[in-house]
Amino acid sequence: MERNKGQSKEKIICYHCGDECRDEHVIFEEKDFCCMGCKTVYEILDENDLCTYYDLDKNPGISLKSKDFGDKYTFLDNEDVAKLVLDYRDEEKAVVNFYIPSIHCSSCIWLLENLYQMMQGVSHSRVNFTKKEMHLVFDPGVISLRNLVEMLSTLGYEPLISLDDHEREQKGKINRSIYLKIGIAGFAFGNIMLLSFPEYFGFEGISDITLQHFISWLNVLLSLPVVFYCANDYYISAMAGFRQKYINIDVPISLGIIALFTRSLYEIFVTGSPGYLDSLAGLVFFLLVGKWFQNFTYQGLSFDRDYKSYFPLAIHRFDKDKWVSVPVKDLNKDDLILVRNMEIIPADSLLDSSLANIDYSFVTGESEPQIRKSGDFIYAGGRQMGGGIQLRVQKSVSQSYLMQLWNNDAFAKEEDLGFTNLVNVISKYFTLGVLAFAIGGLIFWSDTDFGLALNVFTAVLIVACPCALALSTPFTLGSAMRVLGKKHFYLKNVNVLEKMLYVTHIVFDKTGTITQNEESRIDFRGDTLSSSDLSVVKALVVNSTHPLSRKIAAGIELNVGEKVVEEYEEIAGKGLKARIAGEEVRLGSRIFVLGESDIGLESDTSARIHLAKEGKYLGYFAVRNNYRVGLKPMIEALGSKYKLTVLTGDNETEKRNLMRMFPEGASFLFHQSPQDKLEYIQSLQKSGEHVLMVGDGLNDAGALKQSDIGITVTDDITNFTPASDGIMDAKSLNNLPGFLDFAQTTRRIIIAAFVISFLYNGVGLGFALAALLTPLFAAILMPLSSISVVVFATVVTNFMARYKNLI
Amino acid sequence: MSVLVLLISFSLIVALIFLAAFIWAVRSGQFDDTDSPAVRILFDDKPRDTKEKKEKD
Repeated sequence: MERNKGQSKEKIICYHCGDECRDEHVIFEEKDFCCMGCKTVYEILDENDLCTYYDLDKNPGISLKSKDFGDKYTFLDNEDVAKLVLDYRDEEKAVVNFYIPSIHCSSCIWLLENLYQMMQGVSHSRVNFTKKEMHLVFDPGVISLRNLVEMLSTLGYEPLISLDDHEREQKGKINRSIYLKIGIAGFAFGNIMLLSFPEYFGFEGISDITLQHFISWLNVLLSLPVVFYCANDYYISAMAGFRQKYINIDVPISLGIIALFTRSLYEIFVTGSPGYLDSLAGLVFFLLVGKWFQNFTYQGLSFDRDYKSYFPLAIHRFDKDKWVSVPVKDLNKDDLILVRNMEIIPADSLLDSSLANIDYSFVTGESEPQIRKSGDFIYAGGRQMGGGIQLRVQKSVSQSYLMQLWNNDAFAKEEDLGFTNLVNVISKYFTLGVLAFAIGGLIFWSDTDFGLALNVFTAVLIVACPCALALSTPFTLGSAMRVLGKKHFYLKNVNVLEKMLYVTHIVFDKTGTITQNEESRIDFRGDTLSSSDLSVVKALVVNSTHPLSRKIAAGIELNVGEKVVEEYEEIAGKGLKARIAGEEVRLGSRIFVLGESDIGLESDTSARIHLAKEGKYLGYFAVRNNYRVGLKPMIEALGSKYKLTVLTGDNETEKRNLMRMFPEGASFLFHQSPQDKLEYIQSLQKSGEHVLMVGDGLNDAGALKQSDIGITVTDDITNFTPASDGIMDAKSLNNLPGFLDFAQTTRRIIIAAFVISFLYNGVGLGFALAALLTPLFAAILMPLSSISVVVFATVVTNFMARYKNLI
Repeated sequence: MSVLVLLISFSLIVALIFLAAFIWAVRSGQFDDTDSPAVRILFDDKPRDTKEKKEKD
């Protein structure tokens, strides 16, 4: 193995993960790797003859940089914890389902399903790509759960194991009835139509009366499951609407189905004519297809996670004389726990160790890690950066401060109550209109012939059945939702799209939403640093895993070369010092760098990292919030249409920058706790605003839930995101004005589709009122209207998306 | 004409068999994940050559 440090600047792509090879370029068997992790995976696969992995997709691997799990998974050795994770276990066999967010290509499927070739004891593994889940059967006597998880993590397929996991199993039951219903309705529709063909071609007077009876009977039999099974959701929904005293679109649909069915039975058994059963089956079939299209969801994403899926499953607790891992839900007051590097603090506690460096950015929105000293009260949810710390638990997990947020009413409220979508607004008038026409027809004809009058009455109900009307919304919104999905904006369901129409006020979170967490910029203030000084700094910081060190390291694009680093020392909460090329270099807090004497100057709360060489103060590095690229034009575009607010848990240091970026009249609120954010949204809503909230962390969870639409922004779609109505890839945030605009477009498309379906209804109504409706006419009109509306809705939606440069 | 009755009955029975097959397929979960089977079918089952490898070593 060779190790090359000073490579030239041309782009070399890692054979394993496809990332550009930068500082830690490794060459092995004539292949380039960006880091040791990637090389290790290649070696493992090569050893087990599994290199087909690299043939299926180009550079399929998952980058292993900054993914050091250490002994994070020791808790899986605990029987109680393992029981929570495993689905089934006996002496020789254990079954487990893992959610693995990093599954992304066909190579992943191949490798994970060939695990048995490299792992002794694994007998079967199967991947569900859509849900990013893996089903594993293994022998716990040969390989332990912990080894299994560690091996998967080494390969880059780290399963997500969290408190929420074992509860997910029950929730995840798939509703397959829609497929069954579509299948049966389609079957009935096809067969009834086939059997009705003689009618269509005018062989009405089929000489054989038994054959005619036989066909009619078959049609009735075939339509029974359609009326009583496939369509039952519509009756249920219509009844539910009645009970809440409003008429939804399912009322006229149910009326139409019942009218069609009874009229057909009457015609078949009393008058001996063929009836409208083909139209009936077709109607239900199209409606169900529309429903399926509308209910499309992103199965790989989860829109309703709470803190449970963010928290670890187990934590180390000191029991009697040793550390054992226990499920976090078993933690009690006064337990002593150990939280290691990069682990999350599971419960409100007091710090026992002398110093802790806790990253609260996801929880409170404060962008820089916080230093805590012994005896400080520490809120749950922070992530410890650096060495392990010991804590004394003060409250159980569910009683902790952050979790209290989930007891707020916002989380108990029923989804979508009080929201009536466009189609239901219309359906009220539509239903009343249809009934008026039907009764009018009944009265008008009853003078001449009561039988004919009844015919007209049912005929009106039949042709007015709002099949096309009911299909226009699902197909327009369903297509629009898919268009947004292509732009990495994933909606929970189509209702969100309709709600986007009414938004009046947009609220942004700052940290992680409009700023980038990972790539904050580092500026040096003080004397200008020479390139040799910079390379000295880099040589120093590359040794440290502290987030600020990493940021500085990432900000210096120099090659370190071969610098000798001696007497390296990292003092938690203070800084780094070392002797580089014979000179003593100190980097860190002001006290640490300038010596104890200068304490009086320590007043600044924002992050500054001071630098001194050989006792001479050179200046400091300041971390600046790095706003996302293209933020300003986006804010300008939004500012002309909506009121804007920035809510942040951070301090006011950025106020001036924000003011420059946001239009006049925008509000800025700092030091907002999660509860404050939620209450602010509530107060906006009380004053009649419809709020769209864009956030990212757990601190926004309450506000996201409370607002009319909550959108989570994330750099990596597979990361944890709090419960929301939509998940947006951070790269697409700039498109937000375009997305909101597109929602308005879909509304216009829906209205146009309504007009088309009304035209069909009008034509049908004319025939019905004139008592001229025949089964053949109905059999042509109904599918024609449905199909044309469906085609119109999908084609125009996609065309408009293209026109607006969304795809 | 009675031959038509017979034909229709038979064709319907055949169709019902397919409907039953469809219902079984849905219930056994074959429509739960439509992506991975489509990919899985394209994998080649390469015969393992670990033996040769060991000999080489």
